[in-house]
Amino acid sequence: MSIAIHPESAPTSAGRAWRAINRVLLYAILVFVAALVIVPMLYAVLSGFRSTGQLAAQPLGLPDPWITSNYTEILTSGPFWQAFGNSAIIAVLSTVITLITSSMAAFVLARVQFRGRNAVFNLFTLGLLFPLSVAILPLFLLLHDLHLLNNPWGVILPSVAFGLPTSIIILRPFFRSIPSEIEDAAGIDGCTRFGFYWRILLPMSRPALSTIAVLAIVSSWNAFLLPLVVLSNPDTHTLPLAVRDFSAQYTQDTARVLAFATLSMLPALAFYIGAERQIIAGLGSGAVKG
Amino acid sequence: MASNSAATDRLAAGVRQDDGSAGRRRSLRQSAEIALFLLPALLLFIVFVLIPLVEAVYYSGFKWNGLEPLTNWIGFGNYQLALADKFFTGAIAHNVFILALSLGVQQPIALALALALTRNFRGRTFMRLVFFTPYVISEATIGVIWLLVLQPHGPLDQILGAVGLGQFIQLWLADRSIVLTTLFVVISWQYFGFSMILYMAGLTQIPTELREAAAIDGASGAQGLRYITLPLLGPTIRVAVFLSAIGSLQVFGLVFIMTSGGPFHASDTMVTWMIEQGYTRTALGYGAAMAVILGAIGLLFSLLYQRFVLRRDIEGSITSFAG
Repeated sequence: MSIAIHPESAPTSAGRAWRAINRVLLYAILVFVAALVIVPMLYAVLSGFRSTGQLAAQPLGLPDPWITSNYTEILTSGPFWQAFGNSAIIAVLSTVITLITSSMAAFVLARVQFRGRNAVFNLFTLGLLFPLSVAILPLFLLLHDLHLLNNPWGVILPSVAFGLPTSIIILRPFFRSIPSEIEDAAGIDGCTRFGFYWRILLPMSRPALSTIAVLAIVSSWNAFLLPLVVLSNPDTHTLPLAVRDFSAQYTQDTARVLAFATLSMLPALAFYIGAERQIIAGLGSGAVKG
Repeated sequence: MASNSAATDRLAAGVRQDDGSAGRRRSLRQSAEIALFLLPALLLFIVFVLIPLVEAVYYSGFKWNGLEPLTNWIGFGNYQLALADKFFTGAIAHNVFILALSLGVQQPIALALALALTRNFRGRTFMRLVFFTPYVISEATIGVIWLLVLQPHGPLDQILGAVGLGQFIQLWLADRSIVLTTLFVVISWQYFGFSMILYMAGLTQIPTELREAAAIDGASGAQGLRYITLPLLGPTIRVAVFLSAIGSLQVFGLVFIMTSGGPFHASDTMVTWMIEQGYTRTALGYGAAMAVILGAIGLLFSLLYQRFVLRRDIEGSITSFAG
C-alpha cells in the first residue's frame, strides 16, 4: 500500500537497507508459497511423461526419456472422452437452465408487485442455510423414483435447484437497479413484459449473468458428491468420478494415473486462464452474497 | 432508448391506469404471467431442495434400508444411536478440528498473503493467478495427485530427505495421529486462494488515503495495519471466516478420495460417515438422522454467527463488495 510516504522514509541508509531486506523477505515467502502450489501440479504433469518404472526408481525427477504413451493412450481410448463429454453436457445444461430459471424468477421478484412476493423470495433464501449433503439421501431416493439415476438430468436438475438461491440473490438487486423509466418507455413502444425481460433486461444484465454462469460452470464441472451418488454406472461418470475410477483401476501404474489427472485438470485450467478475471470476480461476489 | 421526459412518464402512468372493464382480464393475465416466470425456478426448488430436506427429517424417524415399506417408526432412536456412535461423534470432533485449524492457521495465512499481494511489485498478478488455481480444479483430481505425492517414499518424502528434514517424514495418510493434519494441509492448499481473493477484494475497498494520512501523522506500518486496515477489513474477515467455518463442517470430497475416513475412522468427517452409513450401507433412516444433525449444527452456527457477529455489518458499509 503506502509504504512510500512513511515519514521515516527520509533517506537514511539504515532505513533503506531495512526496507530492502523486507522486500526480499516478502518476495522469498511469496515465491515459496507459489512453489508449494505449483510443484504438486507440475509433478503430475511431468510424471505423466515418465514411466512408472522411472517414478519408482526416482519419485522426483525429469522424464528420461520423455514418454508420451501415457497421454496418447488415454487420449485415444474411450473413457476419458466419455467422461469429458458427460461433464460437458452436465455443465452446459446446468448453466443454461440456471441462467434461464433464475433470471426469470429474479425478474418478477425484483420488478413486479404481487402478493406473496417477499414470502417467495424468503423461501428461496432459506435454501442458503442447507447444504446439499443434508438432502442427499432423500434426493437419491427421489431421483430413483423419477428414474433419473444414471442420467445426466439427475445431476443437472438438483444442482440447478441448489444453485438457485445464490443466483436469485445476485440477480435481484441488479435487476432492481435498472430504472423503471426504461421499462415504461419499452411499454409505450409496445414491448410486452416478456419482451422487456428478454430484449432489454437480460442484455443490460450481462455482468450479473456472467457471474451466475461462472458459478454454475465451475461448481458443476467440479461437483463430486452429487454425481457420486446419482451416477453409479461408469459410462455416465463425469471427469471427477472418472479420475477416481482410473486411480482405483491402475493403482500400480502411478504414471498413467498422473497423466489422467493432468488431462482432467486441463479443461478447468484452460477455462480459468481464459476467463480469470470473470472467475475471480464472480466466485468472490457469489460467495459473499450467497 | 432516448431519455424520457416527465411527459412520457405521465403518459406511461396513464397507460397503466386505463383499466375499467379490461382491468380484471388484465390482472388475470398479470397473475398468469407472474406464475409463468416464477414456476420453473419454484418447481425445481421445491422438488429438489425443499422436499428432500423435509424428507430427511421424516426418514430420520424410521429404521429403514430404503427398500422395505416405511413402517418401522423409532422416533428419536436414530438420533440416540448417532450420539452414541463413537465414529459419528469422532467425525464431529474431526470437523471441529479442521474448523479450528482453518480459522487459526489457514485464514491468517490467506490474509497475510492478501496484504502482501496488494502491494505493488512485479509478478503480483501472476502470483494471484497461481494462488487461486487449485480452487478451480476438482477435489477428485487434487485428491488423487496428493495421494501420490504423499505416498510412502514418494516425492514429498524424497524432498524432505534431500533438504535434511528426513527425520520429519511420516506415514502422512496412514498414521492415525497425523492423518487429519495432513488432510487439513491439503484442504488449505486447495482453498486458501479463495479466502485470499475475498480479502484482496475487501482491501481494495479501503481508501488508501486513510493509511497515507496515518503515515503522515507518524503511524508505523504495523500501527496502520492494526488500527486502520484490519478494523476496516472487519466485515470481509467476518464473511471469510463464516464461509471457511461452514466449509469445514461440509468437508467431503478430498477426504473421501484420499483416505475414505481411514485409517480406522481416524479421518472420518460428518459427511463421509453419513454417506458410508446412509448410502453405501443403505441405512437410510440412520443416515438421514446424521444428515439432520449435520444440518442442525450448520444452521445453529449460521444463526448464532449472524446474530452475534454479522449484525454489525450493515449493507453499504465502507468495505462492502461491489459487483
